[in-house]
Amino acid sequence: MNNPIAIPAQSCRDAPVLKQRGQREVFCGLTGIIWLHRKMQDAFFLVVGSRTCAHLLQSAAGVMIFAEPRFGTAILEEGDLAGMADAHDELDREVARLLARRPDIKQLFLVGSCPSEVIKLDLARAAERLTIEHAPHVRVLNYSGSGIETTFTQGEDACLASMVPVLPATDARELMLVGALPDVVEDQAVKLLTDMGVGPIRVLPAPRSAAMPGVGDNTVYALLQPFLSDTAAALDRRGARMIPAPFPFGEEGTTAWLRAIADEFGVDAETFERVTAAPRARARKAVAAAAETLSGKSIFFFPDSQLEIPLARFLTRECGMEAIEISAPYIHKGIVGPDMDLIPAGPTISEGQDVDLQLDRARAARPDLTVCGLGLANPLEAEGLSTKWAIELVFTPVHFYEQAGDLAALFARPLRRKAILRPQVAAE
Amino acid sequence: MKLTVWTYEGPPHVGAMRVATAMKGLHYVLHAPQGDTYADLLFTMIERRNHRPPVSYTTFEGRDLGADTAGIFKKTCMDAYERFKPQAMIVGASCTAELIQDDPGGLAETMGIPVPVIALELPSYQRKENFGTDETFYQIVKGLARPMDRTPEVTCNILGPLALGFRHRDDIEEVKALLWEMGIGVNVVAPFGATPMDITTLGQAHFNVAMYPEHCETACRHLERVCGQPFTRTVPIGVGATHDFVAEVAKLAGVEPRTDLSRLRQPWWSASVDSTYLTGKRVFVFGDATHVKAAARIARDEMGFEVVGLGCYNREFARDIRDLAKEFGLTALITDDYLEVEEAIAAAVPEMILGTQMERHIGKRLGIPCAVISAPVHVQDFPARYSPQMGWEGANVIFDTWIHPLVMGLEEHLLHMFRDDFEFHDEAGPSHHGGHAPVAMAEAGGFTPQTPESLPAKMNDAPEATGSDVMVWLADAEKELKKIPFFVRGKARRNTETFAASQGISQISVETLYEAKAHYAR
Ligand code: SF4
Ligand code: SF4
Repeated sequence: MNNPIAIPAQSCRDAPVLKQRGQREVFCGLTGIIWLHRKMQDAFFLVVGSRTCAHLLQSAAGVMIFAEPRFGTAILEEGDLAGMADAHDELDREVARLLARRPDIKQLFLVGSCPSEVIKLDLARAAERLTIEHAPHVRVLNYSGSGIETTFTQGEDACLASMVPVLPATDARELMLVGALPDVVEDQAVKLLTDMGVGPIRVLPAPRSAAMPGVGDNTVYALLQPFLSDTAAALDRRGARMIPAPFPFGEEGTTAWLRAIADEFGVDAETFERVTAAPRARARKAVAAAAETLSGKSIFFFPDSQLEIPLARFLTRECGMEAIEISAPYIHKGIVGPDMDLIPAGPTISEGQDVDLQLDRARAARPDLTVCGLGLANPLEAEGLSTKWAIELVFTPVHFYEQAGDLAALFARPLRRKAILRPQVAAE
Repeated sequence: MKLTVWTYEGPPHVGAMRVATAMKGLHYVLHAPQGDTYADLLFTMIERRNHRPPVSYTTFEGRDLGADTAGIFKKTCMDAYERFKPQAMIVGASCTAELIQDDPGGLAETMGIPVPVIALELPSYQRKENFGTDETFYQIVKGLARPMDRTPEVTCNILGPLALGFRHRDDIEEVKALLWEMGIGVNVVAPFGATPMDITTLGQAHFNVAMYPEHCETACRHLERVCGQPFTRTVPIGVGATHDFVAEVAKLAGVEPRTDLSRLRQPWWSASVDSTYLTGKRVFVFGDATHVKAAARIARDEMGFEVVGLGCYNREFARDIRDLAKEFGLTALITDDYLEVEEAIAAAVPEMILGTQMERHIGKRLGIPCAVISAPVHVQDFPARYSPQMGWEGANVIFDTWIHPLVMGLEEHLLHMFRDDFEFHDEAGPSHHGGHAPVAMAEAGGFTPQTPESLPAKMNDAPEATGSDVMVWLADAEKELKKIPFFVRGKARRNTETFAASQGISQISVETLYEAKAHYAR
C-alpha cells in the first residue's frame, strides 16, 4: 500500500508552549473580507465600525480590487455614539440604501468591529430585524471581525460559523468541505475525491447563497484551513462529525488528508493509489525542485495567518527545512494536533506574542527565512534577514497536489533572490 | 453613520503616526486593539521604510475591557520607554480606546517617565488623518519649542514634510536649494528627520517655511505668536509659484531674491512646438488642497490647459478651494466620497485628470488618462529616482509627469493621418504605454465602465494565438486554464504548449497542463 507516514516518537504536540503577553503585530478578523467577498458572489460585507476599519480594509486590499467591491464600512460618527436607538435607525437606513442600489445582493453580513462592540451595538438583533424587513430576497447575518475578539484569519472562521445555524437540515450522508479556497483548488479537491467514488460533496461557503450545503447527523466534514475551529464547533452542534487530518499542504499533507476521508468512505487502497499516484508523483517532483533551495535552511514563524503549524510540517518534512520557532496567534490542538504529531519536538512552539521579545529571539537566532506580517518584513530584510510575508499564503492557491510546488516555491523565492542580489550589493 | 468604500484619509491617529515616523528619537504609545497595527505596513511597504514605525500599540483584547486596560497602557508605556529610550514620547488613543476613556495622557503623566510626554487628543469620530498630522505636530511644537535668541546669520525652519507624504523627501532638497541660493541657512527641518531635541531649537530661526499647510499651519501660527516668527504663505510648486516663493522669502529674510534658473527647462519644453498639442486640453483637478491649488495654476498658466473641474477632499481647506474655483469660473467639488468624484469627472468629460491614486483608477474605468499630483499615496509614488514637485526641478518633473499619460503630439498627428492603421487606431492608446491602454471614450461622452482587472485580462489573452493552431486544447483543459489567474494565464498556456511540443503531445488535457506545471516548477 502507500508508504505509511512516519510519526516521530517525540512530537510537537506535547512540547511546552511559550505564551507571552505583549504587543501583537497581527491584523484583525476584518481582513478576511478581502477574500471572502470574492468567494461568495452574492454576498455583501458591511462592517459597522470606524474610519480605522475602513482604512484597514483599504490598506490590506491595496488598490488591486478598486472596482466597486462587495464590502464597505458604515462609519460610526459622533452622533451614533450618543444614543443607541439612533445607531440602529441609521444602520437600517444605510442597509436599505445599499440593497436598493445592489439588487444582486442575496446575503448581507453585518460585521462587528471593536467600536461597535465597545458601544455594545447589538448586530445580532439588527440582523434579525433586517432579515425580516428584507425577506425573502436577502438574508442578513452577523459576525465579529473585531480586533478585540479576532485575529486575521479568524474572521473567516467567524463568518462561516455564523452561517452554520441557518444551513438547511439534511439526513443525507454527505461530505462537506469547509473553507473558502480559490475555485481552481477547490475543484481539484472535489475531482480527486469524486474519482475515488467519495460523494456527494458539498462545500461551505458555496459561491451563491442558494447553493449552500445542508447539514445534519449524517454529515461528515473536513476542514480545508486550520483556522476554522468555531465553524467546526458550530457544525458539531448541528450533528455533523469532523474527519481529523493533517491539512492538505504538500504531497504528504494532501495524501494524509485525502486518506482520512477515503477511510471514512471505505475507499479501497487500490482505488486510492490509482487516483493519487500521478498527482503525487508530480507534487513530489515539483516540491523537490524548490527543496533544493530550502533544504538545510532554518525558518522562524511569527504568528499571523494561523497556517504556521501545518506549513512548518510541510517545510520541515518535505522540504528539509529546520524550524527554530513556530508560533501561531492561538493553538487549537483539536484542529492542528494531527499536524503537530508529525513535527518532531525541538522547535520553540509559541502562542500569542510579545513582538519586541520575539524580534529579539529572531535576531539572536538569525534564521535563513522568517515568515512574518507586512509590517515586519522590510525592517527585517534591512537587518539582513530574508522574509516571506504571511499574507501571500492566504491570497495564493497553495493547497493540494498541484499547488505543492508553488507553495514550496513561495518560500524558496526570497532565498533565491537573496542569492542572486548579494554579490551586486557587496560590489557597491 | 456613513457608508464608505474607499477613503482619501485614514483616521487621525494615522496622521500622528506619520509625524512620529518622520521624526527620530520620538516614540508613540497608542492605546489600540491588535488590528490597528496594520498601519505599520503603510510605512514599511508603501514607503519601503527599513525600520518599524516608532509606535507601541497596547493591543488590548475583549477580555481586558472589564478589567485593567489602563494597566496595560501603563505597562506598554514603561516597556516602550525602557526599550527605546526616546527623547520624548507622544501618547494617545485610537478610535476604540477613545470609547473606553482611559485617558492615556493623564495616565502617562503619573508614571514619572523622565522625558517629556505629550498627550494627543485626536477625536476619531469627527476628524481625519490630516487633522491628526497638523494637531500632532502642533502639540509637539507647543510642548517643546520656546522663544530663543535668533541665530546670528539668517536662518529659517522648513516645516511640514512627513512620512508617507507625496514627494516630501525630494521637495525638502529643492526648498533647501532655493534658500541656499539666497544665502539663507536652514535651522531645522521638521517633522522629517528632526529629533525632539531639534524641535526645542525651532525658536532660533528668523522665520518659517510652511511647506505643506495641511500638516503644519497650526504649528506655524503658534510659532508666530510665541516666538515671533513669520511664515511663508506660498507653496513653491510650479514656475510661477516658485518665483513668488523666492520673492516672499527674500522679503521675510531681508535679502535679494536671487535664484539660479539654469536648471529650469519647463518653460521652454512647454513653449516648443511639440507641445502645441497640449493647448486647451480639458483637465479635471482633484486632490489635497495644497497640490490642487498649485496644479490648477500650472495647468492654466504653464501648460496651456483648460481646467474644467476642480476640488479637494480635505474640508479644512474648503474655503480656499472655493475661492480658487471662482477664479476659474467653476464650482468647487469638496468631498471625500470617491463616487461623487467619479460622477463629477464623468460629467465634465475631461481629456485628462490630475488627481490622486483614486482618480487614477477612476480614470482607468472611464478611459481617461490621469497623472498623480497628490496624496493618498501608493507604492508607485515613492520612486527610487529624485522626483520633487517643488522648485525648479519640480517644475521639470511635473511637465514630464503630466504629459506622460497623454498621447504624444506627433503620435496624435499620425493618428489622424492613419486613422485605420492597426497600430495607430484610436483605441490603441499611447504607444509608449505597453500595459495601460486607456479604454476609448464613447463618442457621446458616455463611457464603458471597466475594472482594472479586465483590462490586462484581455491583453494577456489576445496574443496567444501563436502555436495554438498546431496544438489542440481539450475542453476540460481549456476550462482549467481559465481558472488560473489572468496575470499568469498567458505564461501557463505558453509553457504547457512548449512542454506538450517537447513531449510530442498534440492534444492538451488537464493532465498535460499539470504535468507541464510540475515540469516548470522551481
Ligand atoms: S491595477 Fe496596476 S497600477 Fe493598479 S494596483 Fe494593480 S498593478 Fe498597481
Ligand atoms: S482592530 Fe478593531 S478598530 Fe481596528 S480595524 Fe480592526 S475592527 Fe477596526
